[in-house]
Amino acid sequence: MEYLVLIATDPSVWEEATPEERQAFHEAHHAFDRAVLARGRKISGAALAGADTATSLRATNGEWAVTDGPFVELTEQIGGFYLVDLPDLDTAIEVAKQLPTSYAVEIRPTIEIEGYEPISSTS
Amino acid sequence: MTDAATDAVTDAVTDAVARADAVLARTMREEWGRVVALLLAQFRRLDLVEDAAAEAFVAAAEHWRRDGVPDNPAAWLLTAARRRILDRLRAEAMAARRVPLLLTESERREELQSVRADPGDLVHDDLLRLVLLCAHPALAPEAASALSLRFVLGVTTADIARLFLVSEPTMAARITRAKKKIVAAGIPYAVPDASALPSRLEVLAQTAYLAFTAGYAPGSGPDLLRADLAGEAIRLVRVARPLHPSAALDQLLALMLLNHSRRDARRGDDGRLVLLPDQDRTRWHRDEIAEAVDILSGTTDPAGRDLPTGLALVYHLQALIAAEHALAPTAADTRWDRIAATYAVLEDLNPSPSVRLARAVAVAEVDGPLAGLALLRDVTVDGHRLPAVRAELLWRAGDRDGARAAYETAVAACGNEVERAHLLSRLADLAESEPAGG
Repeated sequence: MEYLVLIATDPSVWEEATPEERQAFHEAHHAFDRAVLARGRKISGAALAGADTATSLRATNGEWAVTDGPFVELTEQIGGFYLVDLPDLDTAIEVAKQLPTSYAVEIRPTIEIEGYEPISSTS
Repeated sequence: MTDAATDAVTDAVTDAVARADAVLARTMREEWGRVVALLLAQFRRLDLVEDAAAEAFVAAAEHWRRDGVPDNPAAWLLTAARRRILDRLRAEAMAARRVPLLLTESERREELQSVRADPGDLVHDDLLRLVLLCAHPALAPEAASALSLRFVLGVTTADIARLFLVSEPTMAARITRAKKKIVAAGIPYAVPDASALPSRLEVLAQTAYLAFTAGYAPGSGPDLLRADLAGEAIRLVRVARPLHPSAALDQLLALMLLNHSRRDARRGDDGRLVLLPDQDRTRWHRDEIAEAVDILSGTTDPAGRDLPTGLALVYHLQALIAAEHALAPTAADTRWDRIAATYAVLEDLNPSPSVRLARAVAVAEVDGPLAGLALLRDVTVDGHRLPAVRAELLWRAGDRDGARAAYETAVAACGNEVERAHLLSRLADLAESEPAGG
């Protein structure tokens, strides 16, 4: 199954981290990568720039309104994501537990919309 | 035919029906979970097995009465349920419908082959897979609890709804949502490896305990005790315990047995709530108390085993307190000193306002009402329990005005008819009694 692993975190934790603490974060992400590779496949993943760089679009009466900021303003922000292919939720939970414990992590299965064919650049 | 002959035939028919019903009831109690587990392993269709199993049991009631009980009742039920699922699958194939399947261990094992040097640490048991699937931590606790009662034990949705004080459609929707999440999120029908198993069994213990406490939670109506349904939580733990050793399940069983042993004495003949000190102790279930004490004494055996830790320790301490009550010959003989000391350990381990409240009651019995009230000074708990305890202690301490005000607060906060009646009668007693010191 394909899962999106969403990472929510208080950005100040990273900003205020010492070099040693940052090294521990790197190691946790490496442990996550290794755990994923041992059990399945990493499709993609990235850290995100802060929520203060976010731009939201929401349409009212069919008119897009572009506003500054994320969907929801919280202390915790979406700080990054991984898209992984793993056998099941228990495996996804197991690998997600490798991530730094200051994170909150949300695991969501991806789905295919019946009758919809995405256009990929290679086709 | 003579009357006597007719009677004999009628008796024989009645006997056959009674025998069929008895075997079916026993098979339902003992085999429902295994039938469901085997159907899930074969068809991986969470949405079909429950109905198919239920329909097979209904069909059995009819066939067994008429044709006699089959040699292997469980196998008969499994075959009947399989036939129903195959009918449904054929109908779906004709409609060219594609339905997502439950993920099973086989897929995982294929992927894991490269990782695990020793696949022998996987426990293989259909029933354990089913029990762990229903009590998965990714499900909402109440949904997991309902799903466990339905799938592992075959408790009807109507009874589960009554247990959790919601309407039957609400409960049916909750169970359906949980089934959908299992399939959509990819919760596997699998036993986790040995390192993850203890914590999963702890979740199972919490799932069972939630059902148990729901059975004793005061409702908003006159249905004060749903103790018969709370007993299903005990059955769930009894099903799970032989599957894999778990200190949490052992201690929880002791705790639930001790509390459940008092069920018949909690309600008087007039339907009113009878509190522990006033209960007729001859109506307590001594066999259940003995079983619980056996578990507890096995735990603290100085010759061998260590004290439980974590959740098991919390249940253990609560069970020790319940055992003090269960073993006291009379209310006056209760060892409140030991109970107060155990509550202090429990509060240290797991601080919460409700533990503090219970500890204050025990301390008041040992050191007097003022000591109890002192422990409640900064405590806030929703509901009527806190003001009711305050009222009792204030009354004992001679503060009649304070007691009256606290009782009135408790009555206003109480949503249960039987408990409110109890509080009002205490209020009336207070008004009638002589003021302390005349």
